[in-house]
Amino acid sequence: MANFSTNEFKPGLKVLMDGDPCSILENEFVKPGKGQAFNRVRLRNLRSGRVWERTFKSGESLEGADVVDRTMQYLYNDGEFWYFMEPDTFEQHQADAKAVGDAYLWLKDQDNCEVTLYNGTPLAVAPANFVELEIVETDPGLKGDTAQGGTKPAKLSTGAVVKVPLFVTIGEVVRVDTRTGEYQNRVSK
Amino acid sequence: MTDWRPGAGPGALRARAALLASIRAFFAGRGVLEVETPLLCSRGITDPAIEPLLVSGGISVGAGPRYLQTSPEYAMKRLLAASSGPIYQICKAFRDGEAGSRHNPEFTLLEWYRPGMDHHQLMVEVAALVCACLGERPWQALSYRDLFQRSIGVDPFADSLETLQQMVRQIVDVGALSGDRDLWLDLLLTHAVEPWLTAQGLCFVYDYPSSQAALARLGERDGCQVGERFELYVDGIELANGYHELGAPAEQRARFEVDNRRRQARGQPQRPLDEALLAALAAGLPECSGVALGVDRLLLLATGESDIRRLLAFPWDRS
Repeated sequence: MANFSTNEFKPGLKVLMDGDPCSILENEFVKPGKGQAFNRVRLRNLRSGRVWERTFKSGESLEGADVVDRTMQYLYNDGEFWYFMEPDTFEQHQADAKAVGDAYLWLKDQDNCEVTLYNGTPLAVAPANFVELEIVETDPGLKGDTAQGGTKPAKLSTGAVVKVPLFVTIGEVVRVDTRTGEYQNRVSK
Repeated sequence: MTDWRPGAGPGALRARAALLASIRAFFAGRGVLEVETPLLCSRGITDPAIEPLLVSGGISVGAGPRYLQTSPEYAMKRLLAASSGPIYQICKAFRDGEAGSRHNPEFTLLEWYRPGMDHHQLMVEVAALVCACLGERPWQALSYRDLFQRSIGVDPFADSLETLQQMVRQIVDVGALSGDRDLWLDLLLTHAVEPWLTAQGLCFVYDYPSSQAALARLGERDGCQVGERFELYVDGIELANGYHELGAPAEQRARFEVDNRRRQARGQPQRPLDEALLAALAAGLPECSGVALGVDRLLLLATGESDIRRLLAFPWDRS
């Protein structure tokens, strides 16, 4: 990959730092009246998700990182790896638990999700913002209680536990916001 | 479609015009002569921290290549050596690679020289100009050494290089960065001291380490050699840089040569020395002090804006 100098650091640029692929968030040029100029750079480590700041001498450079985001279809999990398929080429990719992270809680067969590839290998997986999953375990619903407040925990088919209204029952499908883990509504089948 | 519109609104244009008028009135009232010198110069400067932009084309006699000036300092000193008396200039200056919320590769500089003044006397005049433009306010002056001691408890002259490095690494991740003592002092200044200065109003910093003297004379304070130089910060924004000007041609030549050796060591192109400046110093520069002040940043303070790109009619990416 090409090298990028500090004056080419733009938000979204993917670079290699200390061996890890990183995405540049911010780049601020600072210079004392006379003397060395610096760039204060905020980056996200795409492997750990950690955001931090590093200062470079202006004119220093970093190697670019081969990082791309692809929309893929989730296929299945074989107990060790999660498998995803590119919709246009049908090419399959296997992602390990580190890459999948907490996303496994929201992965349903055939759903689309964003897979970040680093040198062609899955580095991170982001589920769709909203997913529809079936409830497999929850306390019995209360008759007639369809509108009032109050929630109870419900376990979904993926193992995720979300808070749902009291009237929702086992076997029903609910829509969940994966960014907050919050119940949205029931989905009629 | 190409975005043809200006970066600055009508209010910013009017504020700039008013500021330029205030500056000219200030100097007219003090008998300082406005001058102009060339923007295209046959010699660049040796300072390793400043890169000029080069103009390589042209068919004029002796046309190329020419450097766009990084400051009018050398030409103005040649005027001083030819008995110009006190002079000022408002001009464009150019520095490659400097772009951000407080930098534009092309910017407006106010530079002036006062024969018979040392850097402390000139600081008083700088404060008067800034107050004339921004309104009356108190000001203070701290030596570079006092500034570091008060703000972060570091003695920039006496503390070891290891102490300085340790201090920097507590504040910011610098990876495998390496460099001389001045590099670590610059890191502390930009990352720890300047934030402290944001609460200090109008604050001059004077008497820098002699290694950062640039074109200033050397003096001695408490057994330490210092460069008789000052910087002005207003609410943490670095606004002006002044020197008690070095007049000795041999010393100046030696500093230029040190600069070029540093350039060579860093893999930067070396710059031929400005022999016309050195000859003017040999003919005799009057005892004087001079200062360069960033007009775009003064406008930033006058308007309360936070980004100079909203104060330039057409900032770099639209010019």
